[in-house]
Amino acid sequence: MRGNPEAHELVAPGSLAAVLALLAESPGEWMPIAGGTELMVAHAAGRLDAKKLVSLWGIADLRFIETRPESFVIGAGTTFGDLRAHADLAAELPLIARAASWIGAIANQNRATIGGNLVNGSPAADSSPALLAYDAEVELISVRGTRRVAYSGFHTAYKRNVLAPDELLRAIHLPRRFARHRQYLRKVGPRRAMAIAKVALGATARVENGVVSEIRLGAASLAPFPTRLHRAEAAVQGRRVTGETIEAARSALLAEARPIDDIRSTAEYRRRVGANLLQEFLLELRVEPRP
Amino acid sequence: MNNGWPTIHLTVNGQSRAIRTPAMKRLLDVLREDLRLTGTKEGCGEGECGSCSVRMNGELVNSCLVPVLQAEGAEIETVEGLARNGELHPLQKAFLECGGAQCGICTPGMLMAATHLLARNPHPDLAEIREGLAGNLCRCTGFIRIFESVIAAAAGSTQMRGEQAGHAR
Repeated sequence: MRGNPEAHELVAPGSLAAVLALLAESPGEWMPIAGGTELMVAHAAGRLDAKKLVSLWGIADLRFIETRPESFVIGAGTTFGDLRAHADLAAELPLIARAASWIGAIANQNRATIGGNLVNGSPAADSSPALLAYDAEVELISVRGTRRVAYSGFHTAYKRNVLAPDELLRAIHLPRRFARHRQYLRKVGPRRAMAIAKVALGATARVENGVVSEIRLGAASLAPFPTRLHRAEAAVQGRRVTGETIEAARSALLAEARPIDDIRSTAEYRRRVGANLLQEFLLELRVEPRP
Repeated sequence: MNNGWPTIHLTVNGQSRAIRTPAMKRLLDVLREDLRLTGTKEGCGEGECGSCSVRMNGELVNSCLVPVLQAEGAEIETVEGLARNGELHPLQKAFLECGGAQCGICTPGMLMAATHLLARNPHPDLAEIREGLAGNLCRCTGFIRIFESVIAAAAGSTQMRGEQAGHAR
């Protein structure tokens, strides 16, 4: 059934403070809408449950990329087009721009926001593997103040997260300490543009004297929400990347992955390809990086 | 019933327009129904096919995914704005000459995506053209003639600026 625009109220208070005041006034009643690339699809199909929506589009306090000495701070309302266009971010944390380039196509990237991607919480969210690999933190804001939590703890269940009903995602904090890490991101899907991932893996690792001293693995579509692969990380951490290590990491991934069968793929395919992506990354670690 | 509707102000192809409409109405429907600009087509209605592509404040967007309240104050460019004074836009001419349009449903969106691409990058290579049009689906042409149309238009724009033509291919 086609959605009826008159069945929904949409307001645009125009400032972050005004939006937060509205959310505080009646927590849980207002659904924030940023670029609409998710909610307007639901609306068109007549399955948008929210009756009252509050627009975040055009709020400058949410759309920014700030370069600090220790971190990049990305406003939740920053579009994927903005992320692709930021030269410093692309040079230092290239997985972010690469993930952004795979989201839909140009018209979607001009509207879809990184905050919307995370709050929507799709298990296949394109920006999540890179953010997990970069050890991102998310900053949440309400009239009560702000708090920061590790992004790896943001999602709690399928399409659930730690946001309180009066809170908004304000920004994503990305530490600037990955310049000497090996970095990896691969999305597997039917085509590069438009397609939703069957499975994706983002990874960073530090190799010192042949030993993996630090590793982070972020996966999409291997669990009900984007997730770190802590057991696979533990199988590699502190070890040399031998055939044995790779086998142990594959086994750990297969043991902790909880993929599903759906219209895009099967659990078995996701499991196997997830393990293959991990293996591909680990094999890359054995090759000396070019200076 | 419509007392609660906001008045939305748009500049569409250079003309100021004010429309009283539900805030959640899609920009696509406002263009087609309220402003009778039916050049912009609806394909999938979910941001997958690009038929409804327009430019909003210079950015390519899928108008089916824009609640019109979020377009308040915006400059909108649609396919109707491409031709000037009865003269087709170079991209429109190239689509005609190269067979870039067949059934025509995707064409307005293709033209807007191609306009956006050339505005950002006057001499795209084939990979850049493919990326610029990746969100626009055509089920007639097989895309090659569309890519050739964009290449031809880009080469033409070189000639118009008096630079050396013909290297875009």
